[in-house]
Amino acid sequence: MSTTMAGPHAAVPPPAAGGGKNYLNATSGLSSWLLTVDHKRIAIMYLISISVFFAIGGFFAMLVRLELLTPKGDLLTADGYNRAFTMHGIAMVFFFLIPSIPATLGNFLVPIMCGARDLAFPKINLLSWYCYIIGAVFALVAAFSGGVDTGWTFYTPYSSTFSNGAVLSAIMGAFFAGFSSILTGLNFLVTIHKMRAPGLTWGRMPLFLWAQYATSIIQILGTPVVAITLILVALERALHFGFFDPKMGGDPILMQHLFWFYSHPAVYVMILPPMGVMSELVAAFCRRRVYGYHFVAMSSVAIAVISFIVWGHHLFTSGQSVYAGMVFSFLTFLVGIPSAIKVWNWMATMYKGSISYEAPMLYAFGFIGMFTIGGLTGLFLATVALDIHMHDTYFVVAHFHYIMVGSAIFGYMGGLHYWWPKMTGKMYSDGWARLSALLIFAGFNFTFFPQFIVGYLGMPRRYHAYPEEFQVLNVMSTVGASVLAMGYLLPAFYFVHSLYKGKDAGPNPWGAKGLEWQIQSPPITENFLTVPVVKEEAYAYVEGGGGHH
Amino acid sequence: MSKEEGDTTRMATHTTTPHQPAPGGDHGHAAHPSGYAHQFEDLGQQLDSSVLGMWIFLAQEIMFFGGLFAGYSVYRWRAPEAFAAASNHLNVPLGGLNTVVLILSSLTMALAVRAAMMGENKQILRYLVATLILGCTFLGVKVIEYADKFEHHLVPGYNFQWPVASEAAGAQMFYVFYFVMTGMHAFHMIIGAGLLLYFINKARKNTYHTQYYGPIENMGLYWHFVDIVWIFLFPLLYLLGLHLGSGH
Repeated sequence: MSTTMAGPHAAVPPPAAGGGKNYLNATSGLSSWLLTVDHKRIAIMYLISISVFFAIGGFFAMLVRLELLTPKGDLLTADGYNRAFTMHGIAMVFFFLIPSIPATLGNFLVPIMCGARDLAFPKINLLSWYCYIIGAVFALVAAFSGGVDTGWTFYTPYSSTFSNGAVLSAIMGAFFAGFSSILTGLNFLVTIHKMRAPGLTWGRMPLFLWAQYATSIIQILGTPVVAITLILVALERALHFGFFDPKMGGDPILMQHLFWFYSHPAVYVMILPPMGVMSELVAAFCRRRVYGYHFVAMSSVAIAVISFIVWGHHLFTSGQSVYAGMVFSFLTFLVGIPSAIKVWNWMATMYKGSISYEAPMLYAFGFIGMFTIGGLTGLFLATVALDIHMHDTYFVVAHFHYIMVGSAIFGYMGGLHYWWPKMTGKMYSDGWARLSALLIFAGFNFTFFPQFIVGYLGMPRRYHAYPEEFQVLNVMSTVGASVLAMGYLLPAFYFVHSLYKGKDAGPNPWGAKGLEWQIQSPPITENFLTVPVVKEEAYAYVEGGGGHH
Repeated sequence: MSKEEGDTTRMATHTTTPHQPAPGGDHGHAAHPSGYAHQFEDLGQQLDSSVLGMWIFLAQEIMFFGGLFAGYSVYRWRAPEAFAAASNHLNVPLGGLNTVVLILSSLTMALAVRAAMMGENKQILRYLVATLILGCTFLGVKVIEYADKFEHHLVPGYNFQWPVASEAAGAQMFYVFYFVMTGMHAFHMIIGAGLLLYFINKARKNTYHTQYYGPIENMGLYWHFVDIVWIFLFPLLYLLGLHLGSGH
């Protein structure tokens, strides 16, 4: 960052008041969106795109849950069921969860929190959205040309030899979505390194930025490995290059190693950003500094580093050596330390804080509970002996949904509710938003808690039929999923309603600290009229100041 | 802005007056140096950022090729004799020629970067053209080598034949890696050649000056990276079995 305040824009006198200009109404027409380089508009385009894929993934999830309502396979054939859960996984993982917070809230907030006019490379940011769209088209082609039945992990030899689905198209989809993720990470790393405003030292950065920084490291170093892996699988399928084919001297286990070298860190691409959102929510709605700021910041980096050395816990029963399994088991336990640091520090922040219960904070409460359950059951599965009993059962499904839905989507929803007034300038109905948060919380737990039990009792994942004694728990799960779906549908209505009928939010509806709350809502295209100067630490709330509003 | 700096808020900025600068990089006030991009404070910050961005991109590239190198290591460890025997069917003189060509192209590329730092657009043009010619030479030699493999039934999954049955699987795996690794490398060379054409055109229009040479520096970083990949590929693929004597 240049130390001078006299940037090219500092000296520009503001033009005459132009009647509430902001990034949304600055220019109009379809091409002003499709060719925009404004990080805020690109964030909105991402928001719309990933919402479409959230709906598609949700649709396939409902197919899965409806099939499992009864023990017999009566709604879908075995093959149809395989395709349903595969498309659910591909849509949710590659096209919703991985881009969710970085590409929407991150795109919108990283430059503003840095005090910058835009990301370092606005055109690359637009390119990243187009990569996503190209990937999305491939994924849709795969879905409409019969789907894929390999599972979202594309394990060989299912994907290379035995599958008769549109594997190549789905692989290209994941490949291009990966590129969009890499480009977003690259942009964030450079922006956070080089474009922070004067006075915004590393130790003053909002914890959301720290979380995005750690996420970007994983996106840069992990994603290319899965990119080359997917290319190798595609070459094996298309040209019979037998990388992973034992007949040709290849090894399918190597494919799993390479795949999980990215795809385990990818779990932290999904969970680190919501952790960053959590720190912002807890500080804003408890009116307190985040307890142990430096520990929370560094735990994000620690999680990113450790995430690269735990992938072998996906291969405990795949033929990996027992000794490797023991090492990976130990390393996996290490992730619990920085994760627990975060949870305890959020709770310590709440302690004696002045807590208020608006919708974003309800999601934050939900996150803490769900993440704790999801994290602790992760330790069960990291224990080799227990994992041999529980691998490939619904226990695993429940565990990772507590992380990927109960934590990641809770964080995403909390962040969306928190920054929606900033992004649109409008307030949504807090009553409806709280109702939706409660429905999602109840529906989620009803869906997935029974799956811990049914998995522990031995019900395997990825089968369309099951023994009758598991039916009660599966019915609970399907009913819960219906409640969950209602909870997800509500925001579509009250968010859209807020755009037309919502109250004006004003610059800072929550009375929160942070650069983004000191500019108008919605912000102008350049975010700031002059380069801001940061003089305080993040979260400089006046303690003991009572409630806000 | 000095008045507001004394405020207790975290920052000093105007937030009340609606203000809309014209979109894009050009918003009407003069005195922007050429090459300046709107989101940066000045050309120094722009240079720092773009070079850091390229290094991060290269880190990504290393991980991309790293997956291939990891796979190569595992399979070579499993079938060392077959890999060595298969390696002896590669054309070492042509591979060696290409190594020299690429190292020379790195020299011309480095000279182009130096010319860019001095703002000498004519020299940039000259050295970039030389780099492009060398790069195309490399790709031409590669085509000759690939064609030879098709003739000699060494293309895996297509027409692979190997005289020693016990080595066939390992030898085929060697050629899988040969084609994918050199293919990925050649793909990066082709991208690089396209970029060179773009920058040749820019240099022809006198785009670069002593304050604005980041794109050429980044082009250089990319080109050197692609060269370094080859520096690893050449011994791993071509020289691996030399001590066993020539296979043909």
